[in-house]
Amino acid sequence: MRRRDSGGSALERARSLSFQFDGRELQGFEGDTLASALLAGGVRLVGRSFKYHRPRGVMSAGSEEPNALVELLRDGVYHPNIRATTQELHMGLQARAQNCWPSARRDVMAVNDWLSPFLGAGFYYKTFMWPRAFWEHLYEPLIRRAAGLGRLPQSHQDAPHEKAFAFCDLLVIGAGPAGLMAALTAARAGADVILAEEDRQMGGRLLSDHGQIDGMPGGTWAAGVVAELASLPNVRLMPRTSVFGAYDGGVYGALERGALHMAAPARTPRECYWRITAKRVVLASGALERPIAHPDNDRPGVMLLGAVASYWQRFAVDPGRVVVFGNNDHALATAKALAADGMDIRAYIDPRDGLATDAPFTVYAGAEVIGTRGRHGLQHVTLRHKGREFRMDADTLALSGGWNPSLHLACHMNGRPVWDDTIAAFIPRPGMVPDMEAIGAAAGQFSTHAALESGARAAAGALDALGLRAPECAFPQAEDAPYAIQPLWQVQGKGRAWLDFANDVTTRDVALAAREGFASVEHMKRYTTQGMAPDQGKSSNMGALAVLADATGGTIAGTGTTTFRPPFVPVSIAALGAGGYGKSFAPERLTTSDAQARAMGAPMIEAGLWYRPSYFPQADDRDWRDACNREALHVRNAVGVCDVSTLGKIDLQGPDAARFLDFVYTNTMSSLKPGRVRYGLMLREDGHVMDDGTCARLGDQHFLITTTTAAAGEVMRHLDFVQQAFCADWAVRLISVTEAWAQFAIAGPLADEVLGHIFGDLPELPFMGCAPVDLGAVAGRLFRISFSGERGYELAVPARYGADLFRQLVALAEGLGGGAYGMEALNVLRIEKGFVTHAEIDGRVTAFDLGLQGMVSPRKDFIGRAASQRAGLTGAARLQLVGLRPVNAQAEITAGAHLYAPDQPARAAFGQGHVKSVCYSPTLQSWLALALVRNGRARRGERLRLDDGLRGIRVDVEICNPVFFDPDGGRMRD
Amino acid sequence: MRLICPCCGWRDRREFTYMGADDYLHRPVPDAPPEAWDEYLHNRTNPAGAARDLWYHDPCGTWVCITRDTITHAVTDGTRLEDAQ
Amino acid sequence: MIELTPAPAFAALSLPVTGAGTRIDALPPARITALAPYCGQLQALHALLGGFPEPGQVLELDGLRLVWAGRDLAFAFGEALPTGIEAHAALTDQSDGWAGLSLTGPGAEALLARRLPFDVRRMAVPGAARSLLGHMPVLVIALGRDEFELWLWRSMAACVLHHLTPV
Repeated sequence: MRRRDSGGSALERARSLSFQFDGRELQGFEGDTLASALLAGGVRLVGRSFKYHRPRGVMSAGSEEPNALVELLRDGVYHPNIRATTQELHMGLQARAQNCWPSARRDVMAVNDWLSPFLGAGFYYKTFMWPRAFWEHLYEPLIRRAAGLGRLPQSHQDAPHEKAFAFCDLLVIGAGPAGLMAALTAARAGADVILAEEDRQMGGRLLSDHGQIDGMPGGTWAAGVVAELASLPNVRLMPRTSVFGAYDGGVYGALERGALHMAAPARTPRECYWRITAKRVVLASGALERPIAHPDNDRPGVMLLGAVASYWQRFAVDPGRVVVFGNNDHALATAKALAADGMDIRAYIDPRDGLATDAPFTVYAGAEVIGTRGRHGLQHVTLRHKGREFRMDADTLALSGGWNPSLHLACHMNGRPVWDDTIAAFIPRPGMVPDMEAIGAAAGQFSTHAALESGARAAAGALDALGLRAPECAFPQAEDAPYAIQPLWQVQGKGRAWLDFANDVTTRDVALAAREGFASVEHMKRYTTQGMAPDQGKSSNMGALAVLADATGGTIAGTGTTTFRPPFVPVSIAALGAGGYGKSFAPERLTTSDAQARAMGAPMIEAGLWYRPSYFPQADDRDWRDACNREALHVRNAVGVCDVSTLGKIDLQGPDAARFLDFVYTNTMSSLKPGRVRYGLMLREDGHVMDDGTCARLGDQHFLITTTTAAAGEVMRHLDFVQQAFCADWAVRLISVTEAWAQFAIAGPLADEVLGHIFGDLPELPFMGCAPVDLGAVAGRLFRISFSGERGYELAVPARYGADLFRQLVALAEGLGGGAYGMEALNVLRIEKGFVTHAEIDGRVTAFDLGLQGMVSPRKDFIGRAASQRAGLTGAARLQLVGLRPVNAQAEITAGAHLYAPDQPARAAFGQGHVKSVCYSPTLQSWLALALVRNGRARRGERLRLDDGLRGIRVDVEICNPVFFDPDGGRMRD
Repeated sequence: MRLICPCCGWRDRREFTYMGADDYLHRPVPDAPPEAWDEYLHNRTNPAGAARDLWYHDPCGTWVCITRDTITHAVTDGTRLEDAQ
Repeated sequence: MIELTPAPAFAALSLPVTGAGTRIDALPPARITALAPYCGQLQALHALLGGFPEPGQVLELDGLRLVWAGRDLAFAFGEALPTGIEAHAALTDQSDGWAGLSLTGPGAEALLARRLPFDVRRMAVPGAARSLLGHMPVLVIALGRDEFELWLWRSMAACVLHHLTPV
């Protein structure tokens, strides 16, 4: 193989590019693919096959390539399974063959090929069966080392990938004659059109075949259409884009090749994962040529005829001495056209008898190729003609076993295609995917005229459905040659005939599968691995099921196809995950005090989507516990400040607001007086606790309720549901105001002094009272509520003032011997007081379990009431909230530990409950826990064994009141 | 998958949160017998074909009753709950 | 008595950002009042305001921009709310809850269209839509084919900007 001196419609010969393959310096041109540049550079051997490590060369010129999978060096990392046939050449590209060591030419695993008689279909299943113990330590590592195509990069990939959305009236998939005609017709009518094409260039087979449209070369016609489409504002051309999946609701997945596959400016995404939503779709994905399963058909130099034509026409690759083996009219016509163009075609071989022999090369009718030779590349071809066998020298054997419509996308919703005898292939059925029509070669119509005609017709149909009028336009003239084929599924002879080149599956393997009982096509696929390589059997599925039909004595139509599933081409995980990792994995919500907290050195932890400070370290702290103890003691002895803005805040207004709250809370809110706050409990309709929080009555018809941080979204959805489903005609409106307010807890015996500094004189506020307040010119809200058990307030201001207020509050608190406190201290303070959070409200607890049955009103209906009265949700059998103290106060205890009677084993049957939250209380100088214990409230004073098998902790504990500190609440109330 | 929001029109499924069958709309009267509540809370028909279920369109806060076909996956209707009773 | 200094939502972020034919900049803080009409009060509200936006609508009224912002909900941008309106609708101050970005330039529409899961190109001008950017709630206002406002939760300002800027 070599480069022709002229020609090559895709090439820019003025721009020469140097690149490396397997360490070898090579030259190509702008416009080359890696495959075309390798072929032009005389490189025929580009990799090794999966199982037998057979030498393999480029077979196709598109994304269906089974052989030419290489590793590409980009940003210091090798990317595996890059198809050389779609990889664009650029200056300095570095690639290497994969699945071989030390090189494609000298690969030590090629010994598998000599062992091939023992490695047939099902070899692994049969061999690595026993002894069972060998699996994990011997067989699996052994197989893993030998198996797999390519190696994954072992480092984290953070180069940019993009995810993007697009919408259109009409999505045209494929820019061959049919797709171009459809897009043009729809575009001229004003429809919003996306034309997606896998190749860098639009035109499909018009770029490589020799037909004429309207008297001009097909490529010239295509270029004119593309230019017109590009000039229209209602058309988006998407070259380099493979539509890989059809999904419900007119949604299509597409992969646009970016910086990984071409020369591109810095920061260009490597690939873009598109989700295209289309009202109508035209599938014009063309057809894929079939190879022929003749003995030794896998040698480098054996290619598809269409690929040979494409490399010749677009990339000026001279394939040397060519022998063509075909079974259809299209193959002979192509060979004649190529010969007329100067290709050195030595012979045309066809199993059909009685072919006209008006060609400039020898035509062997009624003949078959029965073997090839050449260790690392084809040297000669053996054929059988009229009972005679003889050899011909050849550099390239071009195969054409007919064409398979690319109907994959049409089958993605589990539709099954139908068999068409006239073209010996499956074609799509109408309506397999709603609003999609397959046209042209994808529908089994192979002439250029039929492609153009079906494109125009499909577009007119789509326009009609969209309410647009198809334009009058002159219909282009093109060939309408009939397509005749005589199926040739396998050539009998010595040597192996390959079906699946990527996974090394031969005709014998398929026959063996059938003999061994794997006669269904789905079983055969899994037994032989045919069709399971990166190419998903694009070039082998049809042949394999024909051989299977033959082996089982059935018809091809009756044998049926395996299930077509997305993706049509391999999609990298990085592309699928685009926009969903790092900062984009989940939104980050930052409080107004975030910068200040970080500046104070606080490690931040996630609370829902929010980030909150764990603790505020100081220089002489030994560990986080020192900081946590200090902050908790600040609150107990002086004053602490904590950002509590992350709690959900929902504003409810209207004449029926109180009535609504009575319906969603277990307790009564309508009796709450304006200016007062009440603790409230919400149940799910199934009777379990959903959330707790406070409810403040700001005015007669105006309430502000809080939710826990993590449940804010769930509660909002729930309240919206209750309102819209059951109270739609009530005069009540609710809206989240979480974001609008920054809110800070000021807690401790000196809290009033902080407020005194802020307000001049202290507003009179009873425990569980609330009032509007002025902070200079800023209107705020003050609540006298406490989650710490100390005298405490929560002060809310519009969020823009949050940062400054927090800074000033911390300074005031520090001046009084206190300071900021974080989540760790907050947790200690609330456990000391027995206040529950979602650590305890785990979705399975009831109000009774928490000891809050007194909050469940018997006098009204509310969400969850009926179910909460079910048998089994109350009583002695329930796990109930209790406190636990270790007998040895300094013995560490852990959350998640299980509880057992001291003399019983740590087995589920003996479980008495489990620990929900623990802390070390610096105030009480003891470890404390909140736990759920069977019939716990009646068992105070009883001893249990806390057993944390995971961490090896076993500690004797005593059941006690969950309110460890200030049980009558005088500190916060008085 | 795409669903209909009565406010916003056809939208991507990612904008919605699923709740369950539209049985949730038919809340028994408060003093209904336990069997009625059991039916309401737990028992579903799992139809092959037309089904109605409840989705929350998070961006606009609308609860939607969606009619769809569990065999073909076709979504045919989306109404506000007031209109779905 | 304390004095408080306001901080803008995008204080710590470097704006404007330009690229891909788009300029992204912070909008000045706006007075935003959420108007949620009570059941049966839409007509009265209409009369009082001179209109109330249907889904997707933006109404420019006397000194007030009314933007559809959700189910039975409009955001009023501006100070001039008529007296007595609270009898017909629940009013909440959302000025501090939402931060605004302006996206202008010939590439603005295409950038938003790539990022948002609905067809931004089909938005009316002026027009409004609620959607999710990534997983983040947004209110999109189209004021021209090359002029958009994107309103987002204040706490997500940094994250939205990260998600929006061209990779």
